[in-house]
Order: sequence, then C-alpha cells, then structure tokens
Amino acid sequence: MSEISIKDIIKPENLVYQKTKLMTDKPLSYCPGCGHGTTHRLVMEVIEELGKENDTIGVAPVGCSVLAYEFMNVDMQEAAHGRAPALATAIKRLWPDKVVFTYQGDGDLAAIGTAETIHACNRGEKIVIVFINNGIYGMTGGQMAPTTLEGMKTSTTPYGRDAALMGHPLKITELVAQLPGTYYVTRQSVHTPSAVRKAKRAIKKAFQNQLNDAPGLSFIEVVSNCNSGWKMTPVDANHWMEENMFPFYPIGDIKVDGELVK
Amino acid sequence: MGELKLMKGNEALAEAIIRAGTDGYFGYPITPQSEVMEYLTAAKPWETTGMVVLQAESEVASINMLYGGGGTGKKVVTSSSSPGISLMQEGLSYIAGAEIPILIVNVVRGGPGLGDIQPAQSDYFQATKGGGHGDYRLIVLAPSSVQEMSDFVPMAYDLAFKYRMPAMILSDGAIGQMMEKVEFFEPIPRLTDEEVKARYPWATNGKPKGGERRILTSLDLDPSKMEQHNYDLQAKYRKIEENEVRFEQIQCDDAEYVIVAYGSSARISLKSVKLLREKGIKAGLLRPITLWPFPTKKIDALVKQGVKGFLSVEMSAGQMVEDVRLAVNGRVKVEHYGRLGGIIHSPEEVAEALEQKIIGE
Amino acid sequence: MTEEIIIAGFGGQGVLSMGKILAYSGIMQDQEVSWMPSYGPEMRGGTANVTVILSDERISSPILRAYDTAIILNQQSMDKFEETVKSGGTLLYDPNGITRFPSRKDINIYKVEGAKKAAEMGNTKTFNMIVLGAYLKIKPIVKLENVVKGLKKSLPERHHKLIPLNEDAINLGMKSVETVQKI
Repeated sequence: MSEISIKDIIKPENLVYQKTKLMTDKPLSYCPGCGHGTTHRLVMEVIEELGKENDTIGVAPVGCSVLAYEFMNVDMQEAAHGRAPALATAIKRLWPDKVVFTYQGDGDLAAIGTAETIHACNRGEKIVIVFINNGIYGMTGGQMAPTTLEGMKTSTTPYGRDAALMGHPLKITELVAQLPGTYYVTRQSVHTPSAVRKAKRAIKKAFQNQLNDAPGLSFIEVVSNCNSGWKMTPVDANHWMEENMFPFYPIGDIKVDGELVK
Repeated sequence: MGELKLMKGNEALAEAIIRAGTDGYFGYPITPQSEVMEYLTAAKPWETTGMVVLQAESEVASINMLYGGGGTGKKVVTSSSSPGISLMQEGLSYIAGAEIPILIVNVVRGGPGLGDIQPAQSDYFQATKGGGHGDYRLIVLAPSSVQEMSDFVPMAYDLAFKYRMPAMILSDGAIGQMMEKVEFFEPIPRLTDEEVKARYPWATNGKPKGGERRILTSLDLDPSKMEQHNYDLQAKYRKIEENEVRFEQIQCDDAEYVIVAYGSSARISLKSVKLLREKGIKAGLLRPITLWPFPTKKIDALVKQGVKGFLSVEMSAGQMVEDVRLAVNGRVKVEHYGRLGGIIHSPEEVAEALEQKIIGE
Repeated sequence: MTEEIIIAGFGGQGVLSMGKILAYSGIMQDQEVSWMPSYGPEMRGGTANVTVILSDERISSPILRAYDTAIILNQQSMDKFEETVKSGGTLLYDPNGITRFPSRKDINIYKVEGAKKAAEMGNTKTFNMIVLGAYLKIKPIVKLENVVKGLKKSLPERHHKLIPLNEDAINLGMKSVETVQKI
C-alpha cells in the first residue's frame, strides 16, 4: 500500500474551494455555528466578485462584530455603538464613486443606533447595510436585544421577555421598508447551504444596486442563531431559530427595486 | 487686499468654511449658531466648490459623519453650541483615539443643561480638558473678533491635519452674533481625490492596489498595545505644547497687573486695561489664542518679569483660572472674575474687579 | 474719534437694520465698526437693541455699559438706557409711545417724531431712516454719501430701488429733529 501524504493532495488541480482573499488569515473570533463568519465571507466574496476590492470602505459596529475589520481585508473604519450609518453617510457623500457598507448587529442597529439607521434609510443614502439579527446581545454576555422574542430568556430577561414590562420585539426591517429612501430590503439567513446561496444572491444584489447608483439604500437582515447566548448547541440553535425566529421574522424579500413585495 | 464685508461672526465662519477648501459640513441647528448652516445652504457650495452640506438628524450623527468623512482624508467640519457639543463628546473621543483630523466649532451659550442662548465661556473645561472619556486633547483656538472667525478656519484645519487630531474653534454667542468688518483670505481649492490619497496614506478611501488595507479604530483589546497608543498620543500632545502655543499680549511689557482673557472677554478686558491705565494702573492683557496648548510659559515669563498679580476674566465660574494658577504656581496672586449664565461683564466691572481682587488694600 | 451708540426699541422698528446701515457707513469711510445685537426670542414686537461702535482705532469691547449716544424708541428702552448715557452724552428719542420723558440734566436731549413723519410719508418702514437722519443731524459722524453707499451694501439688490425713498427719509429726519435740552 503506497503512502499518500497531504502534500500530494494539495495541488491546484484538486482545489474545489478556497476562501476569498478578502478574508484575512486571522482566525475568526466567532463561536462555532454563529452566522457572523459566514456573512462576513459572503460580503467579502461579493466585493471580490464585483472587482471592488480597492474601492470599498466598510464600517464596523460595536458588538460581536466589533472586530470585523480584523477579518475583512478592505479599508475599514470602526464606529461608536450605533453610529455606523452616520459614518457611512459621510463617506459615501464625499466619495460617491466608492462602495460603502456598514455591518451591524441588532443592538447596534435597532436600539442605540435607531436614529442613525432610520435617518440614513430615510435620506436614501446610497449605501448597503448588513444587519445581523440574533435576538440577543452576544458580546456583552447575552442580554435582551430590541429583537429578542417575547418569552425568550436572556440574562436581563431571566423569566422571559414580558412585552408589558420590556416592550415588544422590534421589526426594524419591516419598518425601514416603509421609508421611501430604501430601495431594496430583504431578510435572509445563513444556516443551511441553500440559505447561504440565497443570502449571497441578496447581498450581491444590494451591492449591485449601489454600483448602479440605484436611488436608495439597500438593507439586508440576516437572521442568525447565537447558540452560546441562547445556551444551545449550534444544531439545536438552528432548529430553535427555524421554529421560533422565522415565524416572527419571515425570510424573504420585503422591498425590491423600491416597491414593497405584496 | 480683498473686499471688506460687514458680517456676523457666524456668517464669516460659514464663508471661511467654503473658502478653506472644505469637503463637507455636517450639522444640526442650534441657537446661537444656526446662521452657519443657513449661510451654507443659501450659498450652495456644492454647485461651486463641490462641498457637501448636510443637515444631520442630531449632533450625535453630525460628529459621527465627521468621524467617517474625516477618516477618508477629506476636510470636514461641524458647528454647534454648548448642548449640541455635549452630545458630540462620544464621537470626539473616538475621533481623537483614531487620530482623525476634523474641525468642530462651538459657539458657546449659557449652561448647564439647556441653559440659555446668551454668550458664555463655560465650556472651557470641556474643550481643553476633554469632555469625552479617555486621555485625549483637542487643539482649541479662541477667536475674539469676526475677522478671526474667518482666519482661524484654515489655521485650525492646518493644525488638525498636521497632527492628525480634532481641532476646535471655541467661540461664543457674542462673537457669533456680532457684526464687524472682515476681509477674507483667498479661496483655497479643495484637494482632488488623488491629492487626498497621495497626502494622507492613513485614510480609508479604498485599499491601494497591491497595498495593505487601512483600519481606523480607537479600539485595541490588548492593554499593552493600548498603553503604547496612549504614550504615542501623549508624545504628540507634548510636541504640540512645545510648538503651537499662540497668544496676543497688549501692554504687558511694563505691566504690573495682567488680565488673562480670551474670546469676547478679551475684547471687554482690552477696554478695562484702557480704563485702568487712565487711572494710572499699569495693567496689561494676555489673550490666549490657543486655549490648549495653553501659554503656560508666557505666564511664567510674565511672573519672572515682575507682574504682581493676574486676573483671569471669563464668562464662567472660573475655569481657565486653574490653568493660570498652574502656570503661576503660587508665586503671585491669581484671581478670577466673570459673570455667569449668559450675562456679559462690562469693562468697568472687570477694571473694578482687578482693583479689588488683585491690587486690594 | 470713537462713537459708542445704543439703539433700542421694539423688534420690527428697524432697530437692527438702522445699526447695520450705520456700521456699513463707517466702513465706507475706513473706520473700524462693530454691531452687537441683543438676540434671542424677542422677535417682532419684543424689545430689541443693538450697540454700534464707530472708531478710528481698533475697537476693544463691543459690549458696553455706558454710551456716547442712546437712540430710544420705546418706553421700556427709556427705562433701561437713559441712565447709561455718559455724562455730557446724547439722548435721542421718538416721543410716540413714551410716557415718562427723560429727566437727566447732564446730557443733551433731542427728539424726533419719527413714527408720525413716517406715517405722513405714507410708508411706516421709513421710520428708522427718519430717526437715523435725526441722529446724523445731531452727530454728523458719517457723511450722507457714505450712508447711501452703506445702504447699497446692506440692502439686497432687489431693494436698491428703495434707496431714494430712504434718502428722502433721512433728509426728513434731519429737518425734523428738535432740541429738548442742550447742556
């Protein structure tokens, strides 16, 4: 029996997959099973495929993806909590030929940064917002997010979210879709291979809108699990997400080419 | 020599913003400086120089627009008044931490809280000691005339870009609302995108082909790296203290008593010096133009020259007086005089205060 | 020469624009000028005042407690500013609406029926120029030709057709001023 070493296998003709060069080699700091890593990769793949590596400026949030700039190999700026759409507004207006995006979580985008989100959308800033909704504050240890479902347990809703006491989960994506300044609004997930493919198509469409100077902002929500925050295994978390998150946050396009989807 | 115009300080500031080759103004209306954005939107510079003017949804958003825009190497500015500047402190701290050059103008009004809309100088601590979190500084320029509301705009930009940090013009409602004649500098063309890229290699405006990506952040979770970053910032600040102190001295050469005052208080005190000299009292005026870096060495020199006492005149409960005291270091008398909450002291009150508090018995 | 003036009355009387025209006139004859308004929520109908300084030298304080001249156009301003006129200084007022007349003995006092004359001219907006004319008759600190130049500078182009009317008003003010007390 002849010995086959790994060196014999690593050959260009055997290559079936490689990560985009727009992801750095730094190991991702995200928990296994979390949607952030996949979504990072999709955004970077799209930028590479569109040939915009040297013309893209990204804005990172505060939250789990605060270090997104460590992984995304394009020019990046860190924002204060919630303020990414304000930074992106100025960057795009001062460099209208560049591709500008923000990458934000639910606490960042839908709680502390609500004003910046709504007004960037309402002004129709020609940027892309990628929004990860996992219904919890992951980085600070699993506190209630604006998108936490009713009854859902977090470290600040230990008996479950009671809407009468803590307010209702916020469908910010449906909300921004109502604004005339948004051009494309969609909700996706990245928990199965087919979902990943659909999410990538949506992300690509959003960036293409910007390249085509479409009259408005493109907004992509990605519903993700937060298995460590939800205190579940990654697989259980995905099942729980399908059973509980998707009915409240249904997957699919909400607004396409400036028209609400009926 | 250009044409002389009669203008409000706020209007002169707005005109100077256009002339200084500004790429973007982002602001939110607040009295007593709303004329700035009104002037800019009426002038429509986007049709002439290509400058962007945007009314943001809040001061929080405007300062973060400066964070983003300044991070790309463009010349960006905002203006506001005290309560709005308080809202900007978060953004300023990030901007200082990420070492981004921007210009911010505070036309100060009475506080605390919503206070009133009359002139005050009670934001000195916030401006010079850092109103946001962390060890950082702003370069702070204090105009005392409408002419300086114009002249300090290009000067502040130069300093901000030279040291990659925020610069502030600390004015007040009196300088903003009064009209004087002003002669503008020749317009400075905006830099092209290519010039911006060539001059500011740190700026995030698209990764250079074949080069490394740029990251602008104030974050480093490794405390040893964050300590080093702080040392670097402090080294930069020491260099600025060494090289960028600006002040004006009037009749200080033979002065026995010196009033230290900036902005509109300096104008008022200039008259007080005249009133005191008429009475045979050898008074002088030291007007700090940079509030940070503060003219500490000049005050030290005045003490050594034989000045017997200093009166810090500010429309505040006594903020700059602390820096005067540090410079004097107990060698001679230092006192404060100033009206509060938007009331402006008169030249006579200031002269009287010097006689009572400094010359005394 | 330094002339420190307070002009005080109701908002809507043209107090601020009168000060502005005076300041512009000063610039036209190479003087240093400052114009410092009271500002705030007092719009039309509230009290408004402006400090104007014309000088051959650098102007120190734009904010003053004592004035060479006070031009007083309502009772509230009389109550507030009569006492601020420097001894030997000048007070000019319009008696319309004044119930308590000035009582100082150490200042020169003049009056002009500005409101009445403006009504006679058929245009109440000429009121402030009538008062300005009266002031310039008492203190010819700026030449009339420089006032006209100042008007051109401070009025938008579309209002330049009103300049002759304003000149007439200034001339009428010069003729209408009456001496109340000369020390």
